[in-house]
Amino acid sequence: MAAIAVIFSKNAVHSALFLLLNFIMLAGLYILMSAQFIAALQVIVYAGAIVVLILFVIMLLGAELGESVPTWFTPKNMFVALLSLILLTLAGTAVKRNFPENLSTLNTPSDWGSVENVGMALFTDYVLAFEIAGVLLLVGIIGVVVLSGWERKIEEIGPTPIKQLPDIPYIQQEDIF
Amino acid sequence: MEHIPTTWYLLLAAILFSIGAGGVLIRRNTLVIFMCVEMMMNAANLTFVAFAREFGSTTGQVFVFMVMTVAAVEVAIGLAILVELYRHVKSVNIDSFDSLKG
Repeated sequence: MAAIAVIFSKNAVHSALFLLLNFIMLAGLYILMSAQFIAALQVIVYAGAIVVLILFVIMLLGAELGESVPTWFTPKNMFVALLSLILLTLAGTAVKRNFPENLSTLNTPSDWGSVENVGMALFTDYVLAFEIAGVLLLVGIIGVVVLSGWERKIEEIGPTPIKQLPDIPYIQQEDIF
Repeated sequence: MEHIPTTWYLLLAAILFSIGAGGVLIRRNTLVIFMCVEMMMNAANLTFVAFAREFGSTTGQVFVFMVMTVAAVEVAIGLAILVELYRHVKSVNIDSFDSLKG
C-alpha cells in the first residue's frame, strides 16, 4: 500500500511520489464507483496541483532529509503506532457493527456521478456554497501573497521605528505614546 | 460490473485515516506531516463518496468538492507559512518551531 510508504520512506521526495501514487489509486476507486467528476477532480487538484506544490517546496527548501537519523522503534513511536492501531480497530468495528450485511447499491443510477448531475446540483441547490468556495480561494490567494511578500518589503525599507523601540529607554517610550 | 459493497470502502477509508494519523504523530518533517494531513482528508472524501453512492445522491459529491477547495487553500497557505518559517529557523523539523516570537 502506497500510504504506508509515505510514512516510512526516509526521503521526503519519495514520500511525495508515493502520495501521488496513493491519490491516483483513489481516483481509480472513484471511477470504479462511477463518480467520474470526483475522479477527474482528484487527479487535477490533488495529483496535479497539490503534489506538485509540495514537491516544489521540498526541492526549494532542500528538505529531502529532514530526519538525518531516522529513529524508529523508540518507545514514543511504538506508543503512537499502538494508538493508531487502536483507532483503526475502533473504526473497523464501528463499520462492521453498523453495516453487517452487504449494502445494495444496485438501485443507484449509473450516471449518478456524471459531470452533468453534479454540476446541476452545484449550480442550483448549492450555489451559495459554491460562491463561498470561490471567496475562500480568493482569500487564500491574498493570504499567500501577503505572507510571501510582506517580510521582504520590510527588509528593503530597513528596520521600522517599532523595531528600534527596545533600544530607547523606558521613560522616553512613555513620552512617545 | 460487479458492485463492491460500501463496507469495504469504509474500511479502506478507516485504514487510510489511521495511517495518516500515525504519520502525523510519528514523523518530524513538517512537509511529510502535511502529506499525512492530505491523506486523512482523502480518507474523509472516500467515505463521502461511498455514502453518496450508497444513497444515490449528489450531495456527498458537492461536499467532496468543498473539501478539495479547502485542501488546496490550506496547502497553499501552509506551504507559504512553512517557507517563511524556514527563512527564520533554517529547518523543517517541527520540534524547532517552538517559539512564537520567531
